[in-house]
Amino acid sequence: MLQKKKGLKWMLLSAVLFTTSAIFLLGCSSQHGDISNGNELSGSIKIIGSNTVTPLTSVWAEEFMKIHPNVNIAVSGPGSGAGIAALINGTTDICQASRTIKLQEIDQAKANGIESYEIQVATDALSVVVNPGNPLSELTIAQLSAIYTGKITNWKEVGGNDAPIVAIARDTNSGTHVFFKEHVVQMLGLPAEDKSLEYGNKVLQLPSTEEGVSQVANNPNAIFYPGLGYVTNAVKPLAIKKTPDYLAVLPSVATALDGTYPIARPLLYYTNGAPTGIFKAFIDYCLSTEGQAEVTEVGYVPLK
Amino acid sequence: MSEQETRAISAVGLNKGLQRRWRLGEKLIESWIFLAGMLTIVVLLGIIALLFKEGLPAFWYTPPWEFFFGTSWYPVSEPPTFGIMPFFVATLWVTVVATAISVPVGVACAAYLAEIAPVKVRETVKPIIEILAGFPSIVMGFIGLILLSPLVQSALNLNTGLCGLSAGIMLSLMSLPIIISVSEDALRAVPDDFRHAAYALGSTKWETIWHVSIPGALSGITAAIMLGVGRAIGETMTVLMVAGGALAVPISPTEPMMPMTAAIASGIGNAVRGGLQYQALFAIGLILFVITLAVNLIADKVLERQKRKFAR
Repeated sequence: MLQKKKGLKWMLLSAVLFTTSAIFLLGCSSQHGDISNGNELSGSIKIIGSNTVTPLTSVWAEEFMKIHPNVNIAVSGPGSGAGIAALINGTTDICQASRTIKLQEIDQAKANGIESYEIQVATDALSVVVNPGNPLSELTIAQLSAIYTGKITNWKEVGGNDAPIVAIARDTNSGTHVFFKEHVVQMLGLPAEDKSLEYGNKVLQLPSTEEGVSQVANNPNAIFYPGLGYVTNAVKPLAIKKTPDYLAVLPSVATALDGTYPIARPLLYYTNGAPTGIFKAFIDYCLSTEGQAEVTEVGYVPLK
Repeated sequence: MSEQETRAISAVGLNKGLQRRWRLGEKLIESWIFLAGMLTIVVLLGIIALLFKEGLPAFWYTPPWEFFFGTSWYPVSEPPTFGIMPFFVATLWVTVVATAISVPVGVACAAYLAEIAPVKVRETVKPIIEILAGFPSIVMGFIGLILLSPLVQSALNLNTGLCGLSAGIMLSLMSLPIIISVSEDALRAVPDDFRHAAYALGSTKWETIWHVSIPGALSGITAAIMLGVGRAIGETMTVLMVAGGALAVPISPTEPMMPMTAAIASGIGNAVRGGLQYQALFAIGLILFVITLAVNLIADKVLERQKRKFAR
């Protein structure tokens, strides 16, 4: 009896394994091995941090590993805060961040004997997206702030349909959460700036940018703020006005570069002291012409 | 038993040296088992000590009363505010929904498998149910995100399908296999004499199940339910992805919410070791631990009472 039970489980397991391995083998047959060799660079680099920077870092890491096959780069994107925490705790080589390190965090790093060193690797236009079915096309920063603090809860209050607003944010692990809070919710640098404003308690805080984008794609009333690299055809970016007197500007590489798009931000790497060895080689590659060309490919804004 | 065996073997004519070696082996195995047992206790105490060490200081900054009953949670603001009422109520909702679905369905399924189903059906269905228990929680999260939440949203006409109800339904799917499997074992452990006696008194199958088998197995079923509840309270990935993560105290299960486990997961990556937020998150862990401990103690009490009731 027991054997029969086990038999069934084994059968299922082997069936599943067989199918997946067959698919895997078929998939692999089209790839070919790396031929380049004769490079002295070897070692491994661990990069932790921003969910926003991850797609960019992944492409850089892939390209860099193609040039230097003996280098192994591991990239993970739990969030900028998580990356900075890892830098402070000494558990990562490079921290990728979509917000600048706070003074308090610099002090904490110093207490652990770690000197944070900042390098800007690209720029991002933080896009505000809605469902393509939403007739709205532009918002001011003050309106965005009111939406995310929960003062405005219906689309008709900002000139849209009579429908409830489902405001989606990232969770507190995210640098985007903090950047958006400071620059949009609290309206940093605008006349209406108010440091006491916080996200409203009805705002959905989701664990990843992808999840937010897919929610907006499926929910006609949702609004979310992914990095430019995460914007797909399934969502509609809104044009943003700094104040009602300004022109509404759509997020793009061009508008971020010329400074007209109001919610652009630096994408940063932090290392412990100025980078050396393979870390320097990798970051030099990121800042090189080829590296910066990848930035546009991924959908972010190159440095120059 | 083993003593008898030893005596029997020595009676056959085992020489003394072999006997001594035998005893030595016995000692070794005994001390190995003892060490293994001690290790789990040491690890457990270590975890508890760590929870207290990292979590208790949070109460210097926020008094326990405010920490527990506070309704705003702004860990990355200056100065931060820590109030976990929204998370606590969210955990409660999600667990209530999961239990309300999984207990009736699970126990009914177990009763069917143990009492009614032909042997062939039982032996095919039970392993399949047990496989369901092996699904990684992130897979369940994806299913909840892609399949369930749009359904919940359109069925109930909600603003968003990411809510406590969706999370609770996914959790019920995850605790069902445990409840079914353990309850079925308990039901099958009820001696057939009981059922035969019930049939002899003229009971129908339903009456036998309801008045004889289920009461007879109630201690095991209670244990099964508690295991299921424990799973629902402690599950993290699924609720993180599906529950919606809003910080308001949820008034109904159809609102987006952030259960305690999700609150820890969505903040711990950002927290600086030893910082205020880190301590507050450990304090949530501490409270979570106390809750699961209480659930287990209650289960123990119920089981004991049940055993006494049925003691012969």
